[in-house]
Amino acid sequence: MTQDLIYSVTSLALFGCGFYGLLALPHILRKLLAINIMGVSVFMLLLATANHGTSIDPVPHAMVLTGIVVAVAGTALCLKLAVNINAIDQNERDSNHQ
Amino acid sequence: MMGPTVHLLPALIGIPLFAAISCLLINNRKITACFSLAAAALLLALVVNLLEPLRLNTTAGGLTYQLGGWGAPLGIDLFVDGLAMILLLVTAVLILILSIYSVFYFQSNEKAARFWPLWWLLVAGLNCAFTAADIFNIYVALELIGLASVALVALDGSRASQVAALRYALVGLLGSLLYLMGVALLYRTYGTLSVVEISSLSQADALSTAALLLITTGLALKTALVPLHFWLPPAHGGAPAPVSAILSALVVKASFYLLIRYWLEILAPAAAELTMQLLGILGATAIIWGCLAAFRARRLKILVAYSTVAQLGYLFLLFPLVAADNSAETYGTTAIAAAMYFLVAHALAKSAMFLAVGNILTAYGHDEIRRLQGIARQQPLSLFTFAIAGVSLIGLPPTGGFIAKWLLLNAAISNAQWWWVAVMLLGGLMAAVYIFKVLNLAFISTSLDQATGCAQVPLGMALPGLILAVLAVCLGFNAEWLIDLLSIGGTAETGTLK
Repeated sequence: MTQDLIYSVTSLALFGCGFYGLLALPHILRKLLAINIMGVSVFMLLLATANHGTSIDPVPHAMVLTGIVVAVAGTALCLKLAVNINAIDQNERDSNHQ
Repeated sequence: MMGPTVHLLPALIGIPLFAAISCLLINNRKITACFSLAAAALLLALVVNLLEPLRLNTTAGGLTYQLGGWGAPLGIDLFVDGLAMILLLVTAVLILILSIYSVFYFQSNEKAARFWPLWWLLVAGLNCAFTAADIFNIYVALELIGLASVALVALDGSRASQVAALRYALVGLLGSLLYLMGVALLYRTYGTLSVVEISSLSQADALSTAALLLITTGLALKTALVPLHFWLPPAHGGAPAPVSAILSALVVKASFYLLIRYWLEILAPAAAELTMQLLGILGATAIIWGCLAAFRARRLKILVAYSTVAQLGYLFLLFPLVAADNSAETYGTTAIAAAMYFLVAHALAKSAMFLAVGNILTAYGHDEIRRLQGIARQQPLSLFTFAIAGVSLIGLPPTGGFIAKWLLLNAAISNAQWWWVAVMLLGGLMAAVYIFKVLNLAFISTSLDQATGCAQVPLGMALPGLILAVLAVCLGFNAEWLIDLLSIGGTAETGTLK
């Protein structure tokens, strides 16, 4: 029970940290990291839920696996967009120099 | 008893997924275009074919299909009732017409190769969200919709569209995570993911309320409810025309549909009247704020996008009206029928409007409202489409928008909530102001340099918008079919309303 409580409280704390980071930090990489921290916090709560009874419940594990895949795809898409924006800005700066 | 038609349910998601992968593999502009049109027609035929079995199955509350024969607690169920059917039908019709438009829109454009796979992924996500009977499957559908929409917004390649897409992506991910947190809490409380089981178990305890608030915040972020609408205008205003149309017509509605499911069905006992009133107040704010922002917009596409923000506000008036209506037994009650009617009318009118603006943008290369004087003479068809769609958005008879507003007003008056009546009338008036502002400019006759710089718009791009606008008007002639459809479901244990 205490183990479950530790995981749950940590999860909520991480969720708060991530949420704050997403709103407060201006840099896009930091925002993405913050979102990933939020994702991890949700996964942690699910894993804590899985450990509830006498035996371990596999359903939350399946959800976490799916969640990780989605998080990877989302993060990759955001990074690609950030790279695109950076490349456009770089091009503009180069053409201004010449 | 269900008959073989039930086995067609997975095809609602299977056809778009198959089309997405095929379009990616074929990678030839002409073949993918033909293939997509065929898939869109097939999808529409499939949905129309499901109408009759659904009518015959009213006692069961709808059509259920167990994927892989596993059954509810562990496996994933697909479920279609009247409410879901309306959205499936609107989606299928819009996808077919918008696909025709897209074929011409991307005719001389190498981006088409990237457009079609993403387009079909989006449709798969939408259909999955409408039919899912499993709250985690809904999360997957939301992410599928979100990722596909973001990539479609970024298709343009300009810096503005990349920035809008990135912001949209961050908002979408945040919304999904809030939703997933709610799902985690629900699984912790009820030990199941099945919509049917949670609906029958749900109570008004603290964890359920917390889950409902998390889910609502996440979905409201995706539905762009004021004050969470900041991402919508740049994303909808910066995307290619068919993408803007589907984003405003369907993507924001998918999350609204899920909100209806959660508030009135899945977590109905936890839905307090106070919070429902709050949703209504936010909706009313959205109507006023969206109209003001639309009037101030400099670009036509941004104007239309802000108009979406305002129109979404009307949908949220559903919640306070239902909260007051204790006799709600099925989805066929006035308030819900009004909101669904509004949703359909807006989907048709707004997509028509985005297509018309897309044509104007194609013809002139810009959409600055100030410089669009006298375009009525050069682009009569596009402007005509814009005008009809605008009339439906304002809510003038005999359009679908009028019936929708009439039903909403009726629901507000019969529940003695007159303040919503005032907001709706004011919203209609303000919509008239920004629509007529554009029309007024368009009909100013100018002898100056307007004749220059107007490209020809192919008929294949002009007609789909017009068809959608005419459909929005025709919707006003018959309201019964929609209310009949809505009353399917909601009587069985799956859909018992509070």
